[in-house]
Amino acid sequence: MDKILNIQQVSKTYQSAGRTLTVLHDINFSVDAGSTMSIVGPSGSGKTTLLGLCAGLDRSSEGFVELHNIRLNTLNEGQLAEVRNRYIGFIFQNFQLMPTLTALENVMVPLELRGEKKIRPIAMDLLDKVGLADRGHHYPSQLSGGEQQRVSLARAFSNKPQILFADEPTGSLDAETSERIIDLIFELNREAGTTLVMVTHDLDLAAKTQRIIRIKGGAIVSDQPTQAAIALQ
Amino acid sequence: MQKSNGLNLPWLFKMAWRDSRRNRSRLLLFISSIILGIGALVAIYSLGDNVRRDIDQQAASLLGADLEITANKQVTGPIKKMLDSLGDRRSREESFASMIFFPKNSGTRLVQVKAIDGEFPYYGSLETEPAQAGKAFRDTQAAVVDRTLMLQYNAQPGDSVKIGKVTFVIAGTLLKAPGQTGLSASVAPTVYIPLRFMKQTGLQQTGSRINYKFYYKYDQATNMNALIERLEPRLNHYSLSFDTIESQKEDTGRSFSDLNSFLSLVGFIALLLGCIGVASAIHIYIKEKIPSIAVIRCLGVKARQAFLIYLIQIAGIGLIGAVIGAALGTLIQQFLPFVLRDFIAVDITTGISWRAVTQGIILGLVISVLFALLPLISLRRISPLNTLRISANDNQLARDPAKWLVYLLIVGFIVAFSYLQLKSIERALFFTAGVITAFLVLTAMAYLVMWTVRRFFPVSWSYLWRQGLANLYRPNNQTIILLVSIGLGTAFICTLFAVQTLVLKRVTLSASGNQPTMVLFDIQKTQKEPLITLARQHALPIIQEVPIVNMRLEQYNGKTAATISGDSSFSRRAFTREYRVTYRDSLTESEKITKGEWHGSATADNGTVYVSLEQGFARRQHISIGDTMVFNVQGSLVPTIVGSFREVDWNRIQTNFLVVFPKGVLEQAPQFFVLLTRVATEQASARFQQAVVQNFPNISIIDLGLVIKTLDEILSKIGFVIRFMAAFSIITGLVVLIASVLISKYQRIQESVLLRTLGASRKQILFITALEYFFLGALAAATGILLSLIGSWLLAEYLFKTSYTPEWLPLLVIFLAIALLTMFIGLFNSRGILSKPPLEILRQES
Repeated sequence: MDKILNIQQVSKTYQSAGRTLTVLHDINFSVDAGSTMSIVGPSGSGKTTLLGLCAGLDRSSEGFVELHNIRLNTLNEGQLAEVRNRYIGFIFQNFQLMPTLTALENVMVPLELRGEKKIRPIAMDLLDKVGLADRGHHYPSQLSGGEQQRVSLARAFSNKPQILFADEPTGSLDAETSERIIDLIFELNREAGTTLVMVTHDLDLAAKTQRIIRIKGGAIVSDQPTQAAIALQ
Repeated sequence: MQKSNGLNLPWLFKMAWRDSRRNRSRLLLFISSIILGIGALVAIYSLGDNVRRDIDQQAASLLGADLEITANKQVTGPIKKMLDSLGDRRSREESFASMIFFPKNSGTRLVQVKAIDGEFPYYGSLETEPAQAGKAFRDTQAAVVDRTLMLQYNAQPGDSVKIGKVTFVIAGTLLKAPGQTGLSASVAPTVYIPLRFMKQTGLQQTGSRINYKFYYKYDQATNMNALIERLEPRLNHYSLSFDTIESQKEDTGRSFSDLNSFLSLVGFIALLLGCIGVASAIHIYIKEKIPSIAVIRCLGVKARQAFLIYLIQIAGIGLIGAVIGAALGTLIQQFLPFVLRDFIAVDITTGISWRAVTQGIILGLVISVLFALLPLISLRRISPLNTLRISANDNQLARDPAKWLVYLLIVGFIVAFSYLQLKSIERALFFTAGVITAFLVLTAMAYLVMWTVRRFFPVSWSYLWRQGLANLYRPNNQTIILLVSIGLGTAFICTLFAVQTLVLKRVTLSASGNQPTMVLFDIQKTQKEPLITLARQHALPIIQEVPIVNMRLEQYNGKTAATISGDSSFSRRAFTREYRVTYRDSLTESEKITKGEWHGSATADNGTVYVSLEQGFARRQHISIGDTMVFNVQGSLVPTIVGSFREVDWNRIQTNFLVVFPKGVLEQAPQFFVLLTRVATEQASARFQQAVVQNFPNISIIDLGLVIKTLDEILSKIGFVIRFMAAFSIITGLVVLIASVLISKYQRIQESVLLRTLGASRKQILFITALEYFFLGALAAATGILLSLIGSWLLAEYLFKTSYTPEWLPLLVIFLAIALLTMFIGLFNSRGILSKPPLEILRQES
């Protein structure tokens, strides 16, 4: 199977108060295209930093990250932005919708950035898929948390990404809403054949992906397939 | 990886528009700080355009004739023949300073008398009330009297006024004469009389300083330049000066251009204050936008695209602000003729100047973008990582080296702008350095204030006080921007007030103790003794009797006006001017020798005449001790040697001279006298003046009261303009304050809600808010007043050479007014936070 993501000997250090702080140390793994995986670990273990590196939001101090066979370390900021727009979708814990844009406009942004035409029906279709066809003209502040996350989902899939990064996608939602959002993520993921990399500390949620990487103190402590993966096999 | 450099501009505009949606009123609020500055500049530019056009259109009536020739002595012989041959129509004018006497109420005052004949002015008119008086007074024994005099002495047309020995009927009130401004009327109010009564007045005597003017009108179109070119050598030869419509236009244009540059620079300072407000507001705005920017960066927006989205937004709103400012400026312009009416000799029109409007809009756009760049450049460094971790790059924002480039651009812009106004790179740099210093001093004071509050505020004070004060230095505080803007405006106004007081005090002081308070001049030799007797009858001391002899310079170091080379450091004008010289054997109290040796008697030096020169005059003319000067005293040549230089205190009410002769040389020369006396009260002064004017009508008098009154009038006229312009800075400061309060409202809401949730009452929150703004206003006002005190003390010490005692009451009033105004504006704009339930506010703002 093709590798969509390849992380080799990645370390990340920060300078803080004159001291060098190692957040990630010698991380190695790769992700098959179309698969789903979770990165789990306690607070401060470095999982969000790892997600940032994988998604080209930050640069590693050592090692390299390859996404869709593009070595991200060699790209400048502008090229990284283009990679994100072309291959990546994001879902955030706090939804991160643009407060000044309507739900529909939020979904349209990645497509507009590509300069694509006739994008309105595509965005409307996505909103329809997440059950918000009639809320397209509403601003984020006029939507509930669950609705905002659904708009965020529609936006994440709007550019038909190769890989979707989700950072605690249900962290700000109640249990019932979380359930619905998770179902939606996996459903859309299946439909689009997108790779899913999710950071969470919800082990039940992680168990729904095919693989779990456990991280602690900036290092991978385990990398195992889940029951879901075994069932799938 | 395929490279793509496309910026997708249409999409950037679309995003800028969309992103501004919920912020438009806030953005407009940011930009409101520059609206007033742009308004001030557009008003001044429009005025400039209109006045330049007015000067062009009214140039002829500024001079009143096609050609004006001026002599400072009676013309006779061939000069007179030449002057009588010019023009198709001619008028003459003899003008001189003289006392006038209002018999109705026994009022007396020194005025400028202009005795005219002919039809002058040929262009424009003497504007009088009633209108026909400006022409009619020439046919009878009548005068037209300046409006300020008519008001001061409560005179009406039909009353009479005595000038010299002749009593004239007042035909009307003079409202305006060619080339006259309100300011010149204050300094020397004018009375016009027919020239044919000049002789009867008896005012043409030895030493009388009369200016002779000849006005010419050419009925046929005449090439004035060619005419002047032909006449100039002869005019120069006879020491005559001239003015044509063209030269008058240039003179008026030049003096107006100086005034306009000054006003533009004051307006520009208001604009700069506003711009700092804009930069500060946009800094907070961009900080709030970090999450949104991080999100679009995640979605694939490049750093420069994100930068451009907000640059477009700011430029758009800057453009709107500039357009509103330009409209406001066009409106303000309507009031400027009223403000500046005393300074400009033409009737000012107030049409819309599209050039000024365009200049204002471009300036507004450029300057708002330039100052917004400071916070905007940091936007390039906002990492998409902020979506995952807030404040991922807070430190980087503060340390962006590109901001130095922006600072450089801003300084360059200020230099360029001031250069365009001042047309001198030195003065432009001086102005820029001055502005930067003022801003730096105020900023340093603001930091000092914040540090002091933080360091020394007693922790034992109640929570409400501590919270109110802590707001002055908490993150995103507006202390610096408000201290700079309101402080600068306050410093302006207080310094102006102090200078006004200092100038008047300087004059009053100069007449304290036993110093003279009254100068009587144009006294003929025969009048001296009777005048002294009259003074003694009024119990007035004669402090000084000063003989004055008029003379000209014939030779300097053996060179005459004809033989001195053009590139000599000795100005040729020194040969054409008339010197009023005195002779005495000792120095006065206001003089001291700075170089050489004082010689009090020519007899003691075996007939060698050593003169003493005022040091400034000697320096300007590059004269050295030992140089020779030959003076022409009414036809007799008197050789002299420069014996000493004197430093002279010109600020006293007494006579001072460029050249002083020793005794034993000029005693027999034709001369007149000046007497100095001291009058204790205004009433005594009025009584004595009346007696002098009735007995010796040719003698002129200046007393301390007149000097102070004239100075006061001039200062209040200038002060009015400066206060008007300073108001732009103060109001800009208040607009910045309103904008700052509203911009930081979100933080306040969160705090206020938190406090209210924790049980704070509305009253307590109101108290904290009131305290914070009162302190802000009080500190800004105190900073401004402190700067003004330092500035005024320096001015007093080094310029006016007097001690400075601040007048505390007006300063206290200004302090309280600004502190309370700031507090009320702060409270008014925060009222929404206090009057609604916490949850409702949170819902609205989320």
